[in-house]
Amino acid sequence: MDALFADSLGRLLGAHCNPAVVREAERTQRADALWAEIEASGFLDALVDESAGGAGLGQRGAFDLWLLCGRHAVPLPLAPTMWLRAHLAQVGVAAPPGALTLAPQAQVAADGSIRCQGVPFAAVADWVLVPLRPLALLLPLAAAERHRSGVHGSLQAHLAWAARPAGTIEVPGETAWLQAGAMLTAVSMAGAMERVLESTLGYANDRAQFGKPIGRFQAVQQQLAVMAEEVFAARMAGELSCVDAGILVHRLRAAVAKARAGEAAQKVVAIAHAVHGAIGVTADFDLQLFTRRLQEWRGDYGSAAFWHPRIGAELLAAPQRATLPFLLQQRASASS
Amino acid sequence: MIEALPLSEMPASAEALRPAVRAFLDEALRGRPMDRLARSWMGFDADFSRAMARQGWVGLTLPTQYGGGGKDAFHRFVLAEELLARGAPVSAHWIADRQSGPLILKYGSDAQKDFFLPKICAADIFFCIGMSEPQSGSDLAGLRTRATRRADGWVLQGQKLWTTNAHKAHYMIALVRTSGTPEDRHKGLSQVIVDLSLPGISVRTIGDLSGDAHFNEVFFDEVQLAADAVVGVEGEGWAQVAAELAYERSGPERIYGSLVLFDAWLDHLRTLPVPPEADLALAGRLFAQLLPLREMSLALSAKLARGDSPVIEAALVKDLGTEFEQAIPNLLADALGADPTLERPQMLLRTLAYVLQICPSFSLRGGTREILRGVIARGLGLR
Repeated sequence: MDALFADSLGRLLGAHCNPAVVREAERTQRADALWAEIEASGFLDALVDESAGGAGLGQRGAFDLWLLCGRHAVPLPLAPTMWLRAHLAQVGVAAPPGALTLAPQAQVAADGSIRCQGVPFAAVADWVLVPLRPLALLLPLAAAERHRSGVHGSLQAHLAWAARPAGTIEVPGETAWLQAGAMLTAVSMAGAMERVLESTLGYANDRAQFGKPIGRFQAVQQQLAVMAEEVFAARMAGELSCVDAGILVHRLRAAVAKARAGEAAQKVVAIAHAVHGAIGVTADFDLQLFTRRLQEWRGDYGSAAFWHPRIGAELLAAPQRATLPFLLQQRASASS
Repeated sequence: MIEALPLSEMPASAEALRPAVRAFLDEALRGRPMDRLARSWMGFDADFSRAMARQGWVGLTLPTQYGGGGKDAFHRFVLAEELLARGAPVSAHWIADRQSGPLILKYGSDAQKDFFLPKICAADIFFCIGMSEPQSGSDLAGLRTRATRRADGWVLQGQKLWTTNAHKAHYMIALVRTSGTPEDRHKGLSQVIVDLSLPGISVRTIGDLSGDAHFNEVFFDEVQLAADAVVGVEGEGWAQVAAELAYERSGPERIYGSLVLFDAWLDHLRTLPVPPEADLALAGRLFAQLLPLREMSLALSAKLARGDSPVIEAALVKDLGTEFEQAIPNLLADALGADPTLERPQMLLRTLAYVLQICPSFSLRGGTREILRGVIARGLGLR
């Protein structure tokens, strides 16, 4: 059943989210046609409970869908929208139409103005979840001052509101928002890394130098083996962050997933470009669509440097005082 | 292209084994110094192995008719990770439990199974593996030790090198040439079971850089083997060894080899009023590597439990695992020297020094890093 969802989304993205579409979205900072296709497909409510009109897919099943978001470099916050709509349904808030993204942080000034720096997908989203306490807010981007990050091809933007805008939706429910963003980003990264691995293997088998495919050279093989190891590990870390029922976010496993994906991406991007040579850094070659994203995503919702000391502090405070029992406790998935 | 390893759930029946193992280890390991525990699956203690056998934990995956536990690879995973994480000295029975027993079960004759398996499960006999030779290390197919057929059996002539525990084991399963020449490579190799007490065998121990001795040179001079010494099919030794290496490479021993040291370091950090931020980050970084790695290893056990032989995936996880095991001592060495004005526990430093000295061997035994990466590359469709 879950595999059917993934097959179906894979086909949709294969048809409507090819590299030309991604490039166009980066250039125009819009992806309306793709959004219309996705919206019509019903995937936005894949995680929403069946009782609330969704497909009732757990995070475990959604993992495959989120991988696809990275694999196809979807230039829309598809994974965050899916997850946020499920959260909204759970807390009894009607989801507004449009693409939802998640701000990593927010500053509220004394005058009531709100600023969110470096919000992933803010260029193409309609609403942003701003993680304030005690209530998070869903703010309309139409009412925001939106500043492009200035980074080539990036869909991030800095957002500011002079005051809480009309139409703001209050979102109850205590959730680890940053960890949710980390989990979703980590899984997308794993999907993008799988794609980069496949295309790098293809290139190594096709490209000949010194009279044979470069993939026959041991120096290249050794690097590609390391790349595969990192991709497998990042994927496993990502999947581990999605094993809980419903849309529960496991704080530690989400942190591990993001940290591990970040470490893997560093190696994967470097090796992919090394194997491709000069063509890999050209605009016309598709590799950069994925490696640029991987580099940007490394920093979103906390880089490895942010999460490592937090994970370490939890390990140190573990009442078990030994790594394996602590690991097993963290591994145990919560079921509803 | 190899498929990604799917997330596997540990069956509750296997998980249920854990408390008893922990209770046993609390008792059996009491008072053992940390730098001895750090030897873990390189620590040889026949009494410990027999105590484990009395619990039914040697030959856990072998059928009950041979005195085994009749359990699957998940049970072995639980047992192994508890033993290794605590640094239990399992070396005496480890090779028989992990490789020789399953090999004999899979390829051996009924007579071989009846004779060897009950003794393995009782920890009455220990095994070593004769693979490397002076002129064949990574290039194993070029080995020269030869078993020549005679009317009443085989005559074994040649030499093995780097054979772990040959000086303490009762039997060796050796990969030898039974036909053809070294130029025939993978063809004409067979696995023979050698009783190490036979005349014509001499064993010379080789000390290692840490002061221990587990490697050996083993010489065979006109050693008379019985006609039924071959295990499995004559001439099929290479394929049998490949399947056996999947057992060797896929276990959690390629993850937890430095965990005693890691836990000791964490305990040291717990004594500090304020652990340095850099140490918290290092602890977190290593844990973030361990969590998915352990899950990948579990996924391999799931494949073994289904009867697969995940040769390429095992190489991938082993390479990643030994990187992790080697990263621990290397990074902790730096961390523990970060402030020369601080007093550091002597036992921790001694444990660190041992693991630091021996850790290069982690990516040599069971296939070197470079060979494993070649195996992975082939599995990825390169060449």
